[in-house]
Amino acid sequence: MDKILELENVSKWFPVKKGWGKRSYLKAVDSVSFDIKRGETFGLVGESGCGKTTLGRVIVRLYQPTQGKVVFHDKVSSVDLFSLNEKDFQKYRKKIQMIFQDPYSSLNPRLTVLQIVTEGLSSANLSFTEKRRLASQALESVGLRAEYLYRYPHEFSGGQRQRIGIARALVMQPELLICDEPVSALDVSVQAQVINLLISLKEQYNLTYIFIAHDLAVVKYISDRVAVMYLGKVVELSDSRELFNRPLHPYTQALIESVPVADPKMRKLGKIQPIQGEITSPIDPPQACLFASRCPYAMKRCNENVPGLRAVEGSHQVACFLYY
Amino acid sequence: MLFMKKKIEQLQDSAVIPIGTYWQLVRKRFLKHRLALVGLIILVFVALLSFLGPFFVKTTYDEFDLSAIFAPPFSEGHLFGADELGRDVLVRIMYGGRISLFVGFVSSLITTAIGLLVGLISGYFGGIVDRLLMRFVDVMLSIPLFPILLILTMVFGSGLTNTILVLSVFGWMGVSRLVRGVVLSIRENEYIMAARVLGTKRIKVLFRHILPNAMPITIVSMTLNLSYAILSESSLSYLGLGIQPPTPSWGNMLQRSMNYILSTGHSKVVPWWLVFFPGFMIFITVLSVNFLGDGLRDALDPKFVSEA
Repeated sequence: MDKILELENVSKWFPVKKGWGKRSYLKAVDSVSFDIKRGETFGLVGESGCGKTTLGRVIVRLYQPTQGKVVFHDKVSSVDLFSLNEKDFQKYRKKIQMIFQDPYSSLNPRLTVLQIVTEGLSSANLSFTEKRRLASQALESVGLRAEYLYRYPHEFSGGQRQRIGIARALVMQPELLICDEPVSALDVSVQAQVINLLISLKEQYNLTYIFIAHDLAVVKYISDRVAVMYLGKVVELSDSRELFNRPLHPYTQALIESVPVADPKMRKLGKIQPIQGEITSPIDPPQACLFASRCPYAMKRCNENVPGLRAVEGSHQVACFLYY
Repeated sequence: MLFMKKKIEQLQDSAVIPIGTYWQLVRKRFLKHRLALVGLIILVFVALLSFLGPFFVKTTYDEFDLSAIFAPPFSEGHLFGADELGRDVLVRIMYGGRISLFVGFVSSLITTAIGLLVGLISGYFGGIVDRLLMRFVDVMLSIPLFPILLILTMVFGSGLTNTILVLSVFGWMGVSRLVRGVVLSIRENEYIMAARVLGTKRIKVLFRHILPNAMPITIVSMTLNLSYAILSESSLSYLGLGIQPPTPSWGNMLQRSMNYILSTGHSKVVPWWLVFFPGFMIFITVLSVNFLGDGLRDALDPKFVSEA
């Protein structure tokens, strides 16, 4: 499989004011590098505030990155998206689309479904009937009826609204879809429907997904590869099955252990060790392993150096001194 | 959940709630608000009385009837009584209503327009523009109004146009702060981000997404401004700064009557009707406008739309 997107040392630091003249930075995303392969589903997990949403927004240029490169590989050419000006970026914009988390705030309550779904087509110089045809096609492909075009968002349920959001992205004919926690605001039964919809759309339209979530069960189900983020850094990156069967980083291990188990016989009663200690502040973080303060295996060097992401076995990468 | 793999064809879930367009809903909810409805009816009545009433009476606001000086209410030909020059109070109320409603409506319209513009720019563009505009608002708000008005009327004279101008220039700051706050909160919605990801131009986002969602609060604040403008015009006229006699406004009718209300020296009884009727008209109009604004606020709020 060839690469569709390449991230190189992508960082997003938000300036935080601290009194007169002093300026600190909240390092929401800090030197993140990885590749996305064409046609895969790349899971991005981590607790709230770890920078996974920020990373997604940086890729679509909702935020200007502090540094780094995002190289988009077309069938013919490669281009660093951050080096483009607004006008040149328009061309690539429709190829990278996004699905949002909250189905209630992601649709403007004042617009009809038709207006919402065709919003991205306004610069495409299409006739109204052509736009309407594309919109009803998109609606049907997400499992909604074309008659819904003239309805308003408040007439739909959460799951239906999320599908309208998906149709809005699909109508642009994207190659890469960034799903920013697309199901975390939905009921569990509706979650399954939307996830399965995403899977079948991927096959139908040859899409590539970056799937951002904090629900490990969902990520395990949908992802081919998974990156685990902690305080703005990727701490482990691996094939999905490998990661869930044999997590290497102590943080990943703790995350996977904390997933509730449905079968009472399978529960490791009393064995679960919740993560101890306070989370390090992302504002001006120390030059050390950021998980060291909560890690049961922390050594001296963990507080002195930053562990880099390093391949352990095959494609299984982990940023931890235990495996150096 | 992971085992519930279903075909997309089966996904057409059923729960579509057909409750009509946004404006149908607004109307439905407004009609449910009793007080607002009463307010609207009273306002329409006051407006009809003021603008059409004069066509059905024979006298005008400045016609003397020396035989009717200080005639009490319900006396012949003077339902609301007559004033110190024998002018009919009801007729003057009608003409005064024209002025008061006109001043109130026009100045609240201008106020809202300026406030909306400043608030939109400030909230949407943020940064240095926002800081400059908001400090300017602070400065405008800290100017003591009445001393300035005294000077302005001495320099430029009083009258209809100047009254409207003064009320507009010194009345937009509240609206701009309100709109700015609303814009800041609308800006955080994911549909704004979605629009940017879809490549919608910045200025189009403002007119397509921000402005329509800021309109309900703007409309409500306009009705509240309307009542404030009517009251201000009355106070200005009461101080002799607003509408000048013989042109009647509810405010200057009140002011003139103050000379006679404190003693019985001028007439057989205290002419309470000279105070009561203009005062009552101001009171009932402002109250109705406030009820109306209240009802509109509830009806227009998009957050409640799904409940009705």
